[in-house]
Amino acid sequence: MSADNVIEAQGLIKRYDEATVVNGISFSVAKGEIFGLLGPNGAGKTTTILMLLGLSEISDGQARVLGFDPVREPLAVKRRVGYLPDQVGFYDNLSASDNMRYTARLMGLGRDERETKIAESLDHVGLHDVADRPVDTFSRGMRQRLGLAEILMKDAQIAILDEPTSGLDPQATAELLQIIRKFKDRGVSVLLSSHLLDRVQSICDRVALFNQGNIELLGTVGELGRQVLGVGYYVDVEAEGQGLADKLRAVPGVKSVETPSSNHMRIYAETDVRSDAAAAVIAGGGRLLRLSVETPSLDMIYNRYFENLTGGRHAA
Amino acid sequence: MQREGSALHGLGVVILKELSDHLTSTRMRVLEWLVVVVGILAVYGAIQQIKDTTAEDPFLFLKLFTTARESVPFTFVSLLSILVPLVSIGMAFDSVNGEHNRRTLSRILSQPIYRDALLFGKFLAGLFTLSVSLIALWLLVIGLGLLLLGLPPSGEELARAFIFLLVTIAYAGVWLALAMLFSIIFRSPATVALVSLGLWFLTLIWPMLAPAIVIAFAPSSSEETLILAAQYVQRLSPSTLFGEVVLAILNPTTRTLGPMYLSQLQGAVLGAPMPLGESLIIAWPQMVGLIASTILLFVGGYVIFQRQEVRA
Repeated sequence: MSADNVIEAQGLIKRYDEATVVNGISFSVAKGEIFGLLGPNGAGKTTTILMLLGLSEISDGQARVLGFDPVREPLAVKRRVGYLPDQVGFYDNLSASDNMRYTARLMGLGRDERETKIAESLDHVGLHDVADRPVDTFSRGMRQRLGLAEILMKDAQIAILDEPTSGLDPQATAELLQIIRKFKDRGVSVLLSSHLLDRVQSICDRVALFNQGNIELLGTVGELGRQVLGVGYYVDVEAEGQGLADKLRAVPGVKSVETPSSNHMRIYAETDVRSDAAAAVIAGGGRLLRLSVETPSLDMIYNRYFENLTGGRHAA
Repeated sequence: MQREGSALHGLGVVILKELSDHLTSTRMRVLEWLVVVVGILAVYGAIQQIKDTTAEDPFLFLKLFTTARESVPFTFVSLLSILVPLVSIGMAFDSVNGEHNRRTLSRILSQPIYRDALLFGKFLAGLFTLSVSLIALWLLVIGLGLLLLGLPPSGEELARAFIFLLVTIAYAGVWLALAMLFSIIFRSPATVALVSLGLWFLTLIWPMLAPAIVIAFAPSSSEETLILAAQYVQRLSPSTLFGEVVLAILNPTTRTLGPMYLSQLQGAVLGAPMPLGESLIIAWPQMVGLIASTILLFVGGYVIFQRQEVRA
């Protein structure tokens, strides 16, 4: 086990009577890293998280969280790890700060420490003004932020967030991601799960793609792009002209060219080929209207990956 | 495999939280007032009756609990035996599934406590709330008795009344543990309420059902076995156990809770009260039965809760 890893999972398996929900997954999260567990609903993300927290039994395999075994030492793990469940719930009749007081007591914080930390962490997530309002007046986004405040109050070394952005409007999502980034600045490692790929991409250092209880792909988004699409970049070209696609295919470094519509071409390439592509369009007598480069999005990788998967199955 | 740390770490915190929930909830207040009002009416009726018909009775004070006005069919004791289950069910029918449904369970359990503390804390807080209400009611009745009868209770009467209080708390515990068990098994509070109330209703008609059940299973047995068997079947119901204990404790002339045999009557002075120790021995199996069923029900719920998935 590397000393830098805060979470290590080795061949984790979760079996129920009738089904295997998590099927021998292995991954590790380094200190200070934001790691994303991505995949469709029911792929085993939440189950994996619960096993890491010692809230669900591990059928087989090994997990280490900050060097502790969640099966044998769940209290040690839970003392150091903050957890924001999917659609977190609070006691609606209690105020935000009373809800926090209860968890602070469960954490074993002393009275003075409790009050300062509650005020501090509510301030951090922007809920200071509504600290004494009952939680049933809170919006979804405010509840999620209250959940994050609880993790801040805990001084957790790892924050495990299950679907933190699902069901939030774009602004609330942006605010939430902002807070999650702050976790990273404080040196907190973050493990988050989501099925919303594009939002997660923007903050994750590395991701693991889940499917049916297995980790199918693991790495940085760029690595996954090269692995699945075979390329690290794609260039969108909008241009008017004849036979431009063939000319672009001839540009060195270009892997393939797609033409989603008549004037729109998408070039997959290993490097940024914008200038060469522009030159090729102009040399071919075309009128260049737009040229943009992007690294592949998780959405693209994901869709392509599952297309390949089902395509392969059909072929078989 | 040894778990690290105490299973009861955080118990006190959970108890305090649950207690404050119970004591401030409207539901609890309604149920408590129901019990208090009905209980006092029954006692008031008993006092009137006692005043009208007073005869020499060394245990007059205990009659407060067991006498009814002629026109009213309920004594204080019989009302408690019906209402206490209702209050217990009302307190526990959403205790565990409520946490599930509010989605607070996984958040709370991700704090450094074991599930043991949460469940045990909920049960103890419920039992404590019930005890507080029952003690208040008990003191109220004794106070009323002192005021209206103008007769101080003897030491033994107080001791018997106190044992009656403890037994009532144990009886409340059975129903609390039962409702809690159901609140672990069923995800919907409405289902728990319906199932528990169904069982409660069954205990109301159980005394009439028991002989029928015995006849159905053993139609050709002698009358003696029939009566004995029916009594055993009746004792499956906590209300029967409670009724029998109360009979032995509050009515000192009770010599046995089963059929009386001729041999037992030899040398007995009929109508003479038993000493407290003897009354206790007569009711001991029933008291143990009440406490044991509380523990069994709680342990059953505990085992299921430990194995349950926390995700909503």
